[in-house]
Amino acid sequence: MAVLSPEKSPGDAVDAASDEPIAVIVNRDRSDKTFRLIAITSGVAVLVIMSMVGVFLALRGSQALGVAGWGFLTTQAWEPDSGNFGIAAVIVGTILIASVAICVAIPLALGMALFISEYAKGWLRSSLVSLVDLMAAVPSVIYGLWGFFFLQGQMIPVARWISTYFGWIPLFAVDGSDPSDPLSTATVFTSSTFIAGIVVGFMVMPITSSVMREVFTQAPVGEREGAFALGATRWGMIRTVVLPFGRGGIIGGTMLGLGRALGETIAVYMIISIVFYIQPHLLQNGASSVSSLIALRYGESTALGLSALMAAGLALFLMTLVVNFFASIIVSRSRSGAAS
Amino acid sequence: MTTTTTARTTVNPEPTDDAPLQQRVRLSQVRMSDIFALGGAAVASLCLTGLLYTTLTPFSSAIGFGFVWYAFFIGLYAILTVFDETSQAVRDRLAGVVIRSLAIFVVGVLVFVIGFTLSKGWEVLTYLNFFSDDMSNAGPLDPLIYGGVLHAVVGTLIEIAIALAIVIPLGVMVAVYLSEMPGALSRLVRTIVEAMTALPSIVAGLFVYATLIMIFTKQQSGFAAAIAISIMMLPIIIRSADVALRLVPSTLKEASYALGAGQWSTVKNVTLPTAKSGLATAIILGTARGIGETSPVLLCAGFTAALNVNPFQGPMISLPLATFEFVKSPEPTMIARGFGTALVLLLLVLIMFIIARYFGGKGPGALSKRQTKARQRQSEKDAERMTAARATSTSTMTAEK
Repeated sequence: MAVLSPEKSPGDAVDAASDEPIAVIVNRDRSDKTFRLIAITSGVAVLVIMSMVGVFLALRGSQALGVAGWGFLTTQAWEPDSGNFGIAAVIVGTILIASVAICVAIPLALGMALFISEYAKGWLRSSLVSLVDLMAAVPSVIYGLWGFFFLQGQMIPVARWISTYFGWIPLFAVDGSDPSDPLSTATVFTSSTFIAGIVVGFMVMPITSSVMREVFTQAPVGEREGAFALGATRWGMIRTVVLPFGRGGIIGGTMLGLGRALGETIAVYMIISIVFYIQPHLLQNGASSVSSLIALRYGESTALGLSALMAAGLALFLMTLVVNFFASIIVSRSRSGAAS
Repeated sequence: MTTTTTARTTVNPEPTDDAPLQQRVRLSQVRMSDIFALGGAAVASLCLTGLLYTTLTPFSSAIGFGFVWYAFFIGLYAILTVFDETSQAVRDRLAGVVIRSLAIFVVGVLVFVIGFTLSKGWEVLTYLNFFSDDMSNAGPLDPLIYGGVLHAVVGTLIEIAIALAIVIPLGVMVAVYLSEMPGALSRLVRTIVEAMTALPSIVAGLFVYATLIMIFTKQQSGFAAAIAISIMMLPIIIRSADVALRLVPSTLKEASYALGAGQWSTVKNVTLPTAKSGLATAIILGTARGIGETSPVLLCAGFTAALNVNPFQGPMISLPLATFEFVKSPEPTMIARGFGTALVLLLLVLIMFIIARYFGGKGPGALSKRQTKARQRQSEKDAERMTAARATSTSTMTAEK
């Protein structure tokens, strides 16, 4: 399509004016023009749809935001009809669940990514890659079932143990549990941030792991072999070449996972029992998240109640958008090799 | 040059008594001591943890047992390798063991999640009415011979079909746009699409609820849920289709342009057919994600116990939402139905995943054995046709002379 100008040697005494780039005129026939028009239209359409999500949530939520004012960010209650509502509790709850999830996901994702890129060979490697993909494709409701019917019962003794020995750390304290009383109820340990976070952690592990693996496999072969030639062990090579090179991928993958964890709805909704005050005790019954608040209250009949939910949805949307935006910038930078 | 008559076959040298016996070099890096250290640490830590759990301390729970065992295992393995390795090698061994065990753990979790659903839901699937009935005539207390999830299966299929009818043309077109027309606008579209891949599904549902349902239809419907699912799937499919299109070798496209083809005919005849398997994988994996989404359906399509085949009227349930509603009930039969529904959903996703892997196992433009043979036959036929044409043309030319 491009027209190449005839090559000139540097010493050629051709007048400088002809050095200007030759205007490339492309004559497109009708089918090409139609194709380009449709392609651009669909691109713009997607742009419009995606921005409409934010705009409409903002429009619909503006009524509630007007009623609540800045208190929307600081109030720990959800009684829209009496005008007393805010997202302080649910936002903190969402972040707590996502943090637990990330703490679970990082070591697993890192181990899996390193194993696939550095240890596994041949058929094992390719089947593990598809296994991680499959793990991402398993519906969240199935993770929720597993978390609610299996993991919860298994984690109660663990939660009890942590609260008994590390209860002096405020995060792990549990009100209403008495370590010296063996007959004390176990229900204070159910439906907690901790259990929801673990389940969400398993759900976001695949995306984190596949981003990390992609970046790890791009670590330059020359530097790898150089490390081996200098007598490094495999772990020495990983520590000095793969991990520093893949730092962007580790951070970006973690943030992508965080974005997913913030928005996860149904598995969280199945496990937690929602509360509307800031509940910093990870192991204790009662947790909250924006998405489960929406799932719980979308049937609100009043206009203000719905508007308040839209505002909460907008807050969640902006939060995941910002996290994901920075994550994709970091990942794309590290892919282009800028991290080395 | 003298020619000597030597044997034209390879002759093995006769083994002589004084030659040193050659031994095969072992290329494997695994030594017996490694295996002993690993096995010994595993057994020793198992015994130690068993002792701790059964007699010494009042610990309980299988997960706790696993953690304690693993901690002991790592410690003992470190001690055992310290005996005959340098400190660097010990660190290497430990890192290797930790990384391998993390990978095994992840695989174990996946197998366990799938196996748990399978074991709990299998029994329900043996009742055939589970696939042919809906829940309109079955209460929570009815045994499993009544009721089924036909309404959820049909709802899922209708919703995903509508969503795919929107997403496939639009998504592939946008992906083509991104790869064919680089520029400021397409860079913006790509950035937005990348950022939107993490759009929480409940926000997509809320958006459709706020616009389509509250402004236009005023009621929940399968169509609204399909729109919400499309909004959620669109960025995912665009992104992976874009990756598939970028893998098409530019030499193929340039060859097409060099032959005088325009942009559209290059896209139609070269780019899309070459990226076919990658695009199919992108679409199938996106569909698997869309099928499993619960929250948009919860908000937009609502709950119903009866079969509804009209996507524009009334609530229409899907498999994940049915699972969710079933297990909310305290009745054991309803929970069993929930697991059965989850298993149907899981099998659907697994089948789609296997199909996607079957398509996506090949690189862009790679052919299967049958396709290669078909292509060979085609080219042989072409060659025959051409020689025949040449023969007739030369014969007519000679006849004219």
